[in-house]
Amino acid sequence: MSRKQVFNGVNVLELCRAVMGPQVGRELAVHGATVIRIDSYKNPDTLNFIPPFKDKIEINRSGMGALFNTNKYGLSLDLSSPGGHEVATRLVKWADIIGESMRVGSVAKLGLDYQSCQKINPDVIYFSANLQGQDGPHANYTGFGSQIAALAGFWEVAGFPDKEPIGTEAYTDYIAPWYLLTTVIAALDYRHRTGKGVHIDLSQLEAGITFLGPAILDFTVNKRIAHRVGNKHPYAAPHGAYPCLGDDRWIAIAVFNDMEWKALCEALNKPSYIQDPKFATVLRRKENEEELDDLISQWTCGLAVEETMTVLQQAGVSAGIVASAQDLFADPQLRHRQHFRILNHAAIGPHSYHSPAYRLSKTPCELRKAAPCLGEDNLYVLRDILGYSEDDISDMLSDGILTTDGDLLGGTTNR
Amino acid sequence: MNDLPSLLSGYRILDLTDEKGLLCGSILGSLGVDVVKIERPGGDPARNIGPFYKDTPHPEKSLYWLFCNTNKRGLTLDITKHDGQDILKKLVAKADFIIESFEPGYMQSLGLGYSQLELINPRIIMTSITPFGQTGPYAHYKGADMIIWALGGLMYLLGFPDRPPVQISVPQSFFQGGLHASVGSMVAHYHRQLTGEGQWVDVSIQESIIMGLNGAESEWDLIGVNRRRNGSLRTSFRPDKTSISWPRVWQCKDGHIWFNLGTAGGVTNWILASTNALINDMKVDGMAQDLAEYNWATFNSTNISQEQIDHMGEVLGAYFRSKTKAEIYEKAIRYNITTAPMQNIADLLIDSQLKARKFFVQVEHPEMGETITYPGAPLKIDGVPWQIYRRAPLIGEHNDEIYRSELGFSADELCMLKHSGII
Repeated sequence: MSRKQVFNGVNVLELCRAVMGPQVGRELAVHGATVIRIDSYKNPDTLNFIPPFKDKIEINRSGMGALFNTNKYGLSLDLSSPGGHEVATRLVKWADIIGESMRVGSVAKLGLDYQSCQKINPDVIYFSANLQGQDGPHANYTGFGSQIAALAGFWEVAGFPDKEPIGTEAYTDYIAPWYLLTTVIAALDYRHRTGKGVHIDLSQLEAGITFLGPAILDFTVNKRIAHRVGNKHPYAAPHGAYPCLGDDRWIAIAVFNDMEWKALCEALNKPSYIQDPKFATVLRRKENEEELDDLISQWTCGLAVEETMTVLQQAGVSAGIVASAQDLFADPQLRHRQHFRILNHAAIGPHSYHSPAYRLSKTPCELRKAAPCLGEDNLYVLRDILGYSEDDISDMLSDGILTTDGDLLGGTTNR
Repeated sequence: MNDLPSLLSGYRILDLTDEKGLLCGSILGSLGVDVVKIERPGGDPARNIGPFYKDTPHPEKSLYWLFCNTNKRGLTLDITKHDGQDILKKLVAKADFIIESFEPGYMQSLGLGYSQLELINPRIIMTSITPFGQTGPYAHYKGADMIIWALGGLMYLLGFPDRPPVQISVPQSFFQGGLHASVGSMVAHYHRQLTGEGQWVDVSIQESIIMGLNGAESEWDLIGVNRRRNGSLRTSFRPDKTSISWPRVWQCKDGHIWFNLGTAGGVTNWILASTNALINDMKVDGMAQDLAEYNWATFNSTNISQEQIDHMGEVLGAYFRSKTKAEIYEKAIRYNITTAPMQNIADLLIDSQLKARKFFVQVEHPEMGETITYPGAPLKIDGVPWQIYRRAPLIGEHNDEIYRSELGFSADELCMLKHSGII
């Protein structure tokens, strides 16, 4: 049996879809919480249809569908059926934490909004996480995290001054969950101390904007609007990505002071440049930045990136491989941290899952169960957790309360 | 059972971080923790980071510092000196958390490592934030913000194919590290509340970046495709490794908007409804062309050809170019179309949703004789709100409050400590 984990005994009911909400349940689950995720074949999470797919384009074979659901139990309950609501009620009673990320109003229609849940479970910790919040003129805004990243201002500040903005992808999907997690865990302690539950309303837009804080103050105080600057840094040069040997290999280098400039020149065997009048001081390096960038590129273009990083770091210069996904899986530091851990998924087979960004010295996380296929854990959840009989469960199947791949519109493939 | 004014009332953090971890204390302070920022005498070097208030470089006017250090009181202390270490240990004895971002081994070398502090206070949680973690081949690598972004995999994915890869122009790595550190601290905190036992939380900023790869890691893992930057185009890979690309950034009259053509079809009902609504609006303007006849329920970017999607892009492009950001956003809200204007910082301050939600808040700065508008809470909590309780501290602002009133140092002793550069 696994050793005692931080959130053993903490029960989480996850009604979240897409990228943002499920990362909360995932992190609680890898620290021992029991997380039941509801995803029905009648209305599957969009992520189940987003590539990459393993071998064929089919539900339960999407990498994106699996990535955020480590250690969770999958229940393919149809929440909108009356029988489904009865089961959900039992889950609400069972849960310590309930999370939903539906369009405003949807969860109330299912009788699973905070007020309804609080009646059954007075001290429940309940979070609603959507794109723009539970109220306001844009509360019903639909879409993806990428839209929010664009609305929040990230896309506008990514790229070059002379070209259109470029994609930071759904970057705000990867800010919001961590605020939620911090708060939800604090709420567990708060409930422990006061006996009270907590109701949280998160807007991905608001959460995301906080990470532009310094730029916002620069506007509210100095009326300056942040714009795209490539890799430039206001007071460091060289500061950028420089080409190395091979196909699309780049080294990122950041030099902030004369000591680092000297170290860079020595490490790359160009000591004559240390005192070059164009580059000898911080101000001059900045002034001559274009020429400096060209110069560094000439120095690095014939070098292997891994070795260059090692040499520069050993000399005390901030430098790093611009790592591709392929590089990350070979990264020795990530290997040391065991960041990617392999679990055996029922449809995809063995594949990699993320660990959290921190390691706890006494209560390590444990990745023990691959993401569930839809409904994979119906029996375990209904029989072993909620105490339904196997007859009850067959009835649920025949009544359509539990959905199966037969319920998929257009079959198991992407419609 | 008690009433508490905030989720984490009553706890204390000693915050020894530099810019690599400043945000963590500010976040936990927003939930009610008493955060004591401890800086070297004369002030932390992060106070030299711009932008500055009215462009005046000054350690009490760094807007970067002001943003990252809300909710903190401020002490000065030189922990390299024995007196400083003694004082820190006295503070640790009564604290719940200590967070730091020094190079691995540094605190240990001063006698202030977790194994040493644990003896003083078995309940203490020490959260150490570093670019790559406490141990391993990169543990002593220098991690400027952009460098960690690069080694974290997000830089490779951003940029144009014919130019170097780029980071987001507002650096993000240190903020991600600080935010993940607050999560890790909370996990350890919950364990401590149940068992009385503290522990060491080892945060890797690099790992926090990797969490945001958004499927690029899965593409390599499942189908051996190494996603590359492609400007504002989105590229989708089929299982046979062929690919198709389409734009997501579209020029409009006064800037750019976001619209993802690739998922415009019948993937789900709500996306289909969005596309139909968009095509409808284009019809009204007489700009839909043959897209009006297309059966969007069958649209699937994996099965369509590059030529077909290019044509769709041209028709859509002409429509978007005829509208302003505000017009497109208004249609998005009204008709539930999954599109968004690319807002800049100025747009945020007049955004009607943010206004209605009262997202931006006023923070008093009596030392500057004014009030500054800050981004507010990332989430709302009924009854026990996430909030900015106080502005960032001035250098040594609370030395008296803590050293004299709390630790009982006399005025003479404080003068001696000041004179010796301890505080």
